[in-house]
Amino acid sequence: MIGEVGGFMAMGGYAAFVWPAYGVAFAVLGGLAWHSWRRYRASISALDRLQREFGTRR
Amino acid sequence: MISRFANPARFMRISAAALPWCGWSALAVLAAGLYAALVVAPPDYQQGETVRIMYVHVPAAWMALGIYVFVAVASGVALVSRHPLAEIAAGAAAPIGAAFTFVCLATGSLWGRPMWGAWWVWDARLTSVLILFFLYLGYIALVNAFDEPSRGARAGSVLALVGVVNLPIVKFSVDWWNTLHQPASVVRIGGPRIDSAMLVPLLTMAAGFGLLFAALTMSRMRTALNERKALAMRLNRTSRSARPAEREPLGPTRPAVGRGT
Repeated sequence: MIGEVGGFMAMGGYAAFVWPAYGVAFAVLGGLAWHSWRRYRASISALDRLQREFGTRR
Repeated sequence: MISRFANPARFMRISAAALPWCGWSALAVLAAGLYAALVVAPPDYQQGETVRIMYVHVPAAWMALGIYVFVAVASGVALVSRHPLAEIAAGAAAPIGAAFTFVCLATGSLWGRPMWGAWWVWDARLTSVLILFFLYLGYIALVNAFDEPSRGARAGSVLALVGVVNLPIVKFSVDWWNTLHQPASVVRIGGPRIDSAMLVPLLTMAAGFGLLFAALTMSRMRTALNERKALAMRLNRTSRSARPAEREPLGPTRPAVGRGT
């Protein structure tokens, strides 16, 4: 079992190229998704706050 | 089709329902695609295990080109019809396109080192994709370079349309010039030329990337619409509270309220 996992991780000797390729893709796309999501949540809460303020002032 | 979604209120309603579906199905399809690409798919008889890089590289390249078409079409609509949703769509999609282009370049480089013996060569395909990446960056920089968002969007739209010239160069560079990069083996006249054991993982990853693009574009467009609405509310309140008595002058002495991050 450990040998199987080790063989999988070794990628036929190309581990130094295959895993960084998947790592870069995950980091770039995951980072963009995380950043987009955070800004989306922030825009919702900012709008909610403003709408509450407006509601009390009118 | 554009006119059906062109109403921002309707877009907000439809995207609110579609966003969770797109997001979760993107995660599910990408998980299946990763399993297929890393575990199920066989190693190549010449490339060995490095062929697994292709399952990220090729769909990322398709996305890089496809998203540029999306940005250019949205920019054209924005210039002709002046519809705010079109420029918001273009602005929301461009950073996603830049990210996919970077992934395409980086994974290609990581494949090129063991297979070609070089991280980078200045052949026509690689160079034209690098130009595509710079076009994305130029568009993003130009859109954000103006204080008034609509002026930046107009300048960016013109750049995006001019950059369309680069798309056929990227696509046909492998046919027009004697490139080190191999010619198309999936999107070609006469059908795909790769075995289904490799084609299925490839198309699964492409579908996952497509869904990811849809989810990210929708969430980024919703963010932009929320931010524009919040800005309009703030401006409206500032002008209303300042006008009647003129006790509070408009200007830098009045702090922006609720302006987070």
